Amino acid sequence: MAQEASTTSIVTFLTRLGDDQLVLGHRLSEWCGHAPTLEEDLALANMGLDLIGQARALYTWAGELEGEGRGEDDFAHLRREVDYQNLLLVERPNGDFAHTILKQFYFTAFMTPFWQETSNSSDEALAAIAAKAVKESTYHLRHSAEWVIRLGDGTAESANRMKRAVDDLHPYTDEMFQSDALTKQLAEAGVAPEPATIKDQWQATVTEIFDAANLAIPEIAWPQLGGRQGEHTEDMGHLLAELQFMQRAYPGLQW
Amino acid sequence: MTEARTPLWEVFIRPRNGLSHKHVGSVHAADATMALQAARDVYTRRGEGLSVWVVPSAEITASDPADKDALFEPTASKIYRHPTFYEVPDEVENM
Repeated sequence: MAQEASTTSIVTFLTRLGDDQLVLGHRLSEWCGHAPTLEEDLALANMGLDLIGQARALYTWAGELEGEGRGEDDFAHLRREVDYQNLLLVERPNGDFAHTILKQFYFTAFMTPFWQETSNSSDEALAAIAAKAVKESTYHLRHSAEWVIRLGDGTAESANRMKRAVDDLHPYTDEMFQSDALTKQLAEAGVAPEPATIKDQWQATVTEIFDAANLAIPEIAWPQLGGRQGEHTEDMGHLLAELQFMQRAYPGLQW
Repeated sequence: MTEARTPLWEVFIRPRNGLSHKHVGSVHAADATMALQAARDVYTRRGEGLSVWVVPSAEITASDPADKDALFEPTASKIYRHPTFYEVPDEVENM
């Protein structure tokens, strides 16, 4: 434990982490009423609610630490697109069910070990959030992995769709493991692990599941990066338009 | 999703320790693993259970509703099978 991380750094990190959960949670909510079966409709919405719950806890703690009176809604609904620092992976449109499930699998195969490590964080509130989140994430991983196997090793149609999803989404996975000044500082202070240290575990999970699913892991020719700097894909603005609509149209609305 | 690809499974949930599993409904799923997950997602959203069973609906053998009289009527006249002829002492608070 070399040195303490500054409050500003921790707030930025919590916001970043909250943005990942919020944006993916919002994407999952878009399936509500549209999933292929009733069972999966509830499963996707359940996972979305878990993620939005995690985002709420992270934003609330970020607001308290910051001490400038910002609450969870200010973080979730009242920032500009460039202020969101989520991974590009989580803002990708849902596409078909194969894309949705693979996106979930890639992300949650990273988040499960990440939360596990973070439950020992030197920041006690973050450690508590992580300890709760790891249980939710473990189920998301199990659920999405089982689907990846069944679709990849399923019918000709489902296997093709799964392969297409891998081609489309794999280039977005490198961004999860990027380190920068912030992740280094927080790792030194014992707040959160360097994302790169989780790559081996992620790779092992993906290899195991892809083997069972008859899927190959492609080489990444050109990693898609930028979300951590607020440089988003064109889909992000549309996502925020819907996500922020109520608070923009009726400021301070409570329900 | 055809019935053949995703057959029906009956779901049983045990609400807490010491109680038995109770039938709560059914789900469609491709296999037992997916059925268990679907049962968890559909039927335990409000803290209903600590344990879930799924059973292929096709594996259940049911009585024929047409046999109702032959199977269940004869018991109606055997009231002595009900434990209603005993005085329960006041000291026994819960039975």
